[in-house]
Amino acid sequence: MKTLILKTASIYLLPVLLVFSVFILLRGHYLPGGGFVGGLIAAIAFVLHAFANGLSESKNLLKIHPGFLMPLGLALAFLSGVAPVIVDDPFMTGLWFPDPFPVIGNVGSALFFDIGVYLVVVGVTLTIIFTISESA
Amino acid sequence: MTQQLILYPLLLQLLLSILLMFFWYRINAQRIISILGSILHLGLTIYVFSFIWNNGIQTLQAGSWEAPFGITFVADSLSITLVLLTAIAGLAVSIFSASSMIPDRLKFGYFPIFHFLLLGLNGAFLTGDIFNLYVWFEIIIISSFVLITLGGEKAQLEGAVKYFTLNFLASMIFLTAIAVLYGLTGSLNMADLAIKVAEVENRALVQITAVLFLIGFGIKAAVFPLYFWLPASYHTPPSAVSAIFGGLLTKVGVYALIRVFSLIFVGDAFLDEMLIVIAILTLFSGGVGALIQNNIKKVFSYLIICHIGYMILGLGMFTEVAIAGTIFYLIHDIIVKTNLFMVSGLIYRIKGSSSMRALGGFYSDYPKLSLLIFIPLFSLVGIPPLSGFWPKISLITASFNTESYWGLAAIIFASFITLVVIAKLWAEVFWKNPGEIRERFKFDYFHKMGKYRKLGFVAPIVFLSFVSLYIGFGAENIQILSSRVAQELMDNQLYIDAVFNNAQNPE
Repeated sequence: MKTLILKTASIYLLPVLLVFSVFILLRGHYLPGGGFVGGLIAAIAFVLHAFANGLSESKNLLKIHPGFLMPLGLALAFLSGVAPVIVDDPFMTGLWFPDPFPVIGNVGSALFFDIGVYLVVVGVTLTIIFTISESA
Repeated sequence: MTQQLILYPLLLQLLLSILLMFFWYRINAQRIISILGSILHLGLTIYVFSFIWNNGIQTLQAGSWEAPFGITFVADSLSITLVLLTAIAGLAVSIFSASSMIPDRLKFGYFPIFHFLLLGLNGAFLTGDIFNLYVWFEIIIISSFVLITLGGEKAQLEGAVKYFTLNFLASMIFLTAIAVLYGLTGSLNMADLAIKVAEVENRALVQITAVLFLIGFGIKAAVFPLYFWLPASYHTPPSAVSAIFGGLLTKVGVYALIRVFSLIFVGDAFLDEMLIVIAILTLFSGGVGALIQNNIKKVFSYLIICHIGYMILGLGMFTEVAIAGTIFYLIHDIIVKTNLFMVSGLIYRIKGSSSMRALGGFYSDYPKLSLLIFIPLFSLVGIPPLSGFWPKISLITASFNTESYWGLAAIIFASFITLVVIAKLWAEVFWKNPGEIRERFKFDYFHKMGKYRKLGFVAPIVFLSFVSLYIGFGAENIQILSSRVAQELMDNQLYIDAVFNNAQNPE
């Protein structure tokens, strides 16, 4: 699909959507949102880019194969679950920094778990959609 | 750190799957990681097993949320025995896969998914939360869908559709049952449910919920009349996949049945009666089904169904002797069935066929291998002192004690049928003069393989045969183990105390 409007819009929409996805990811602990939704929004950003500019362009933009994000995200989620085991708390216990960070707010192991989910969702969604559009 | 010991087998499997995903296209590295990881896993599980053997039931509240609000992990003797058996079977199948799976399948992530499946199995055995059990079941069936369709041959897809439909239905019924149970009691923790279900006044509703669980798990365990998906699908994937399916997947259903009917729905005469009737019909129909099959893998598939009947029968009689028989049979069956599907893969690689009519002369060509295969085949029949014999004594004693003579008749009938089926298989495949099997062009024959690949085929069969022999000759030890499991299961207060005492004063 080569339309000038979509192509121009996608250049601006991609960063906006990505920032929005990170926003959704970060607010997810107490408010609606989280890694899953954030990941889907990030995936949509790339899919929209692929619609406007072609699949190969988006792949160049991504640099790495999206499938690689799956084990990466899983590993991050795994580590955030295992981290409390090292300090002798049960698996998956939330560990928190005592003071809130500026902008981000409170940071704990749950955030890293959510980032892991985010990466897995981006990886899975993009792998599926890219594979389907390649074979179509 | 010891308090969390019970989670380590689970975490190790997860770590292995993640690690294997990083090596997606490097199949040699995947083979090595999978085998080494499985050996490590076996060692770790043995350590955890001995810890629980010495220290009794261990529990862990994930995320420090106390029971009954958080997810509890419980390792009693039954759970940890099954985790140990999973580790043994997992190691054998991992070695077998490394040499029998073709590279095309390995490139599509066979090993990571295989370890996800083992992760799901470990999780299902260890969890003490009924909704969490559902989640592990989902992990198991999603992984098994991938494994059963990987390669995408026509027969495979056909089998997969049947497998998929029925298992999906089972999950749905299971989920419905959980919903009803939650509506009744407001809890999902199994120990908490055990207390609350006993207090519910509307017994009819409890019975209906129990029947829903029975249907859901029954489909997964392949009991009569819900077994027909199993023989339709288990012979289609490669032997390594069939081995792990045949050895462990149906047994998860049996485990769930044992857990739910010994912990939550206890002492209901109607349900026990129902279990016994189902078990008798399963023994009968599975046995008769196996008689008329020609494909070796289909014979074994029907025998799986038949032998599930023994375990359900023991559960239905629900005396300590009967449960001990069930557990002993479970231990024996996981090892032998895994082994037999690998044997069928080996026979296929050697001769290029799985049809009993076409095969023959195996004994004169490969006398040593034949003697090796003799062990699992006749362990299955239960010729004393091989492993299948001992649990049947317990089951027969129990059916005398409870005066369920139909059950007794079914046990003897099914043993007899198994003997006939295996004797027929032995005569056809090993003794008969071979029929004409056309030499297949471009077929990966066993005798054309290198030394190490051959070893990869034979070593896991030898390994599991030795385990079977141990179960047979060291029956005393296994009997002690199963009696202990039976004691724990008969007295569900032990389980409940373990979950709640630990929650009140965490170490």
